[in-house]
Amino acid sequence: MTSETLRPPPAPPPAPAATVAPAPRSRRHRRTWRQALRRDWQLYSLAVLPLLFFLIFRYLPMIGNVIAFRRFKPGGSIFGEYWVGLRYFRMFFTDPTFWEVFTNTLVLGALTLLFCFPLPIVLALLLNEVRARRFKRFVQSVSYLPHFLSIVIVAAMVMQLTSVDGTANQLVRLVGGDPVAFLQQPEWFRTIYVSSEVWQTVGWGTILYLAALTTIDEDLYEAARIDGANRLRQTWHVTLPGIRPTMVTLLILNIGSFMAVGFEKILLLYNPLTYPTADVISTYLFRMGFQSSNFSYAAAIGLFEAVIGLILVLSANLISRRTVGTSLW
Amino acid sequence: MILGRKADAPTTRGPVDSRGYRVFRVVNAVVLTGVVIVTLYPFLTIVARSLSDEAYIIAGKVTLVPRGFDVTAYKLVMSDAMFWTNYRNTVVYTVVATIISIVLTTCYAYVLSKPQLKGRGLLVGIALFTMFFSGGLIPNYVLVTSLGMKNTIWAVVIPNAISVFNLLVMKAFFESLPTELEEAAAVDGLNTYGILLRIVLPLSKAIIATMVLFYAVSFWNSWFSAFLYFDRQDLLPVTVYLRNLIAGATSAESAAADADKVQAAATFQAVTIVLTTLPILAVYPFVQRYFVRGVMLGAVKG
Repeated sequence: MTSETLRPPPAPPPAPAATVAPAPRSRRHRRTWRQALRRDWQLYSLAVLPLLFFLIFRYLPMIGNVIAFRRFKPGGSIFGEYWVGLRYFRMFFTDPTFWEVFTNTLVLGALTLLFCFPLPIVLALLLNEVRARRFKRFVQSVSYLPHFLSIVIVAAMVMQLTSVDGTANQLVRLVGGDPVAFLQQPEWFRTIYVSSEVWQTVGWGTILYLAALTTIDEDLYEAARIDGANRLRQTWHVTLPGIRPTMVTLLILNIGSFMAVGFEKILLLYNPLTYPTADVISTYLFRMGFQSSNFSYAAAIGLFEAVIGLILVLSANLISRRTVGTSLW
Repeated sequence: MILGRKADAPTTRGPVDSRGYRVFRVVNAVVLTGVVIVTLYPFLTIVARSLSDEAYIIAGKVTLVPRGFDVTAYKLVMSDAMFWTNYRNTVVYTVVATIISIVLTTCYAYVLSKPQLKGRGLLVGIALFTMFFSGGLIPNYVLVTSLGMKNTIWAVVIPNAISVFNLLVMKAFFESLPTELEEAAAVDGLNTYGILLRIVLPLSKAIIATMVLFYAVSFWNSWFSAFLYFDRQDLLPVTVYLRNLIAGATSAESAAADADKVQAAATFQAVTIVLTTLPILAVYPFVQRYFVRGVMLGAVKG
């Protein structure tokens, strides 16, 4: 798979805006595009295939979102037939089901954030206090394991555990209750979703924190001890500030994926009985697109979701840069 | 939470611990043991169910020990030709997709690691932006189908070829390599391709192995692309085989209608879960370190 094309990628217009502030840099780095291409054409040629990938499979679909504003016929042009303006957006803004799935998305997203973001921090702090090396390593290895399983396997396990004869109902029977068909009950869906999410992500989530914990200067603990801080206060005043940048970075990333709550897992676990709590924007647009063949309508919903996600991550980044000084860029 | 219990006594971090802290350490050990149990229990109970007699499962009597030891379900699943066809597909897709991904990611990461390169900021930006904004499901589907990729292997191996996270990990690694070697090689008359192939890649075996693992696991576990783009059963990976098995048990009507059939499916599901998870479990102890190392590398801000 070598690229035979020795032609460089389509050179973007030589806008100095894309480069770093040109002021104090030596003249050596400020070549014209022509000189850069002549000198580094081999490097640029390596970037051709990956760039093609990004342009075709990432940026073309972004442009493809125009079908949210155009009438789309399957088998017709991928950019739709003719303009219909905001018709599809008006359609879903007046669609009561849309607001139901919108609410579900917010609730599930908020619950996921509430549990899946702080729990790895807690677990990392607890692991950090363990002195028996082998025990610590064992707990870590076991807790990473679920991360490596396919969503399908996790969903299948959830079904097994929550089935009428599964573990959950064995516990119910122990305390003398009647078995519940958990996955058929809308009121149980959120609990099941969030706990399976925690089960799968918490262990893996501790890695970055444990890495950050090892970089904290031992002298800081020493100083805190001399000032009379006990273990808890050392944790509060030394450990937590030490891992703050990691926390903020992961929080921003979590907020960025807020809207796209576990689409795949919900698709596997929900059913018409649990739609009232389980149906989220992404699953709704999936059904609209592939079961009702309403591609333009589904694309409009998807665009709305993606834009909100982008706004969320940008604002989270901006806020954190202003307040704690940590940001992704 | 538990942390509150050690709040009472002042402690030292040295060899002498206060009583409060000693209590905390015991509680901590118990809590962490609980974490281990909660993590492993689902695996163990599903293994037990897969080896149990149907009647015991329906009675809700199977916990950690198989009851009425029975391997009939294993025999049935393993005699299903489609299961093995789908299993083979998973292996093929994973291998092909991983090779393509590694080549593309390595090339791009190497280019991005050159600080002097004109337009580098733009090239990084093109990749980064896709982390936060994507075209979405529908336009992607329209694109892949109009490219004629439906029911071909390309539908599952190409559209997700480059993971930006992996790209950044690799870029960080290339940036950490000493530049002198490459400069020396350039003086000796090697061109860029030669430097990459003969100097850089031999030094990057560890990171490439890590990337292979990252990609291989994600492709091995993926199911949605295949579910979306394949209409033919003999093209499916084993994840979708399992998905189709459990989908029968999720639809409300079957749950209401035919309890027996759903129950029969329970053992099959358990067996299929065990058989699809086994390869991951088999290699996991040996490769886990590399994963952790890879994530650590990624933590270095690119």
